[in-house]
Amino acid sequence: MLPDSAPLSAATATSPAEEVLTVEHVSKSFGDNHVLQDFSLTLHRGENLVVLGKSGSGKSVLIKCIIGLLPVDAGRITVLGQEVGALGHDELDQLRTKVGFLFQSNALYDSMTVRENLLFPLRRHWMADRRGQEESMVMQALDDVGLVETIDKMPAELSGGQRKRIALARTLIIPPEIILYDEPTTGLDPITAREISQLIREVQQKYTTSSIIISHDMNCVRLTADRVALLVEGRCYAEGTFQELQQLDDPIVREFFV
Amino acid sequence: MNSTILAETGAITNFAWRFFRHGFRPRYEVQELLYQCYVVGYQSLPLVGITGFIMGIVLTLQSRPTMAQFGAESWIPTMVGLTIVREMGPIITALIFAGKIGSSIGAELGSMRVTEQIDAMEVAGTNPFKYLVVTRVLATTLMLPILTLLADAIALYAAYIGINLKGVTTLALFTNNIISTLTFGDVVPAVIKTFFFGFAVGIIGCYKGYNANKGTEGVGRAANSAVVVSSLVIFLLDLLAVQITSALGLN
Repeated sequence: MLPDSAPLSAATATSPAEEVLTVEHVSKSFGDNHVLQDFSLTLHRGENLVVLGKSGSGKSVLIKCIIGLLPVDAGRITVLGQEVGALGHDELDQLRTKVGFLFQSNALYDSMTVRENLLFPLRRHWMADRRGQEESMVMQALDDVGLVETIDKMPAELSGGQRKRIALARTLIIPPEIILYDEPTTGLDPITAREISQLIREVQQKYTTSSIIISHDMNCVRLTADRVALLVEGRCYAEGTFQELQQLDDPIVREFFV
Repeated sequence: MNSTILAETGAITNFAWRFFRHGFRPRYEVQELLYQCYVVGYQSLPLVGITGFIMGIVLTLQSRPTMAQFGAESWIPTMVGLTIVREMGPIITALIFAGKIGSSIGAELGSMRVTEQIDAMEVAGTNPFKYLVVTRVLATTLMLPILTLLADAIALYAAYIGINLKGVTTLALFTNNIISTLTFGDVVPAVIKTFFFGFAVGIIGCYKGYNANKGTEGVGRAANSAVVVSSLVIFLLDLLAVQITSALGLN
């Protein structure tokens, strides 16, 4: 059992950046399983924050709470200045257009082609200034992930890495301010996993997005993280850059970095 | 057990209420609605047609010996016409429809739920309820009455063939017999109740699929219970319809 205390901080002093997402004292349980307990986190504009933890530690639950797919039992989540739990259906839908979500399973619509997958969110968030540009936006998003040639293919015809890229393209089609990645490299071979990690970096630089990346793949963490938060037994156990956490002597932190 | 049934009934009612709240507000998914009408209606035509044909011919052949015993063979068109239009056509078509469409909706939405496709639509802020549920429920509600009318027509023609297998009658006489017997009170309630049957198949299939869980096992259970529950609800609605038409003096 972990002590009730503030997370280990390995961070050195940096200039404060604008907060785009805050998780304050959030708790979430499923029956007797207390997944998140008084969990707090802050995401700053333009940074990649990796939430690192063992499988089943509640990482995916955390980002599903952030996007409003799961309600929290206690605490508060604020995204781009709006408290998620206090929003109505329409306001939440509006907020979700500014937050991309990449599912671990990719969740591509399997009865639609790649083109239709990308057009789906675009056509439902009609933007007057972009009317008639749908096709070029689809091509641009596919070009960003390097898969223009798959435009008329069905998801079943794509490899695991290609599906991941298409899912990312669908997330980028309406440029988000924040992207939530749920285990982006799970189930991929090391080479493809590295390519996806590099792509996450490219997306951050090109679209100036802020991201929360859920992972337990240390290579992905090393390549993508500006900052790492360690989730242990439902709490934020330690925070800092990859290198800073790597140098900590704490036995629980070392389990991840050895 | 009783509390489970009550909870399920409450949840389905709440789901249906959500349909009315979402169904009539923009954005309207017209293209998807037309596609669903094609899938639900047009692609069910062969099955409904064959069922209607068999229903008409079997009903005629089985009733002939009894009618002949009473020397009432000339009443066969009237009896068959009334039976098909008032009861057999709507109920058999609805049950076949529940088996084909209810299970397919339950399995399709259930599969989308367990593979997180519905969640993906939700996090994209695209209102999956409107796209997936409203379109399917509208399609089943609008298509079942049309399919029933077609099944009725095919069953009546099959009855005409059935009569001519062991006797002789003209199509004109057969048609005249049926039309002169059927009244407004026979046809209209029978058509109206099929809208409710269609709505029940759509809303229950969507409810079961939309709320599926526990992986592939959950998908199978969603498809199966969509058929079972919607078939049961069809019978209950039919019972209710008989009571209402009886109270209105239309029986």
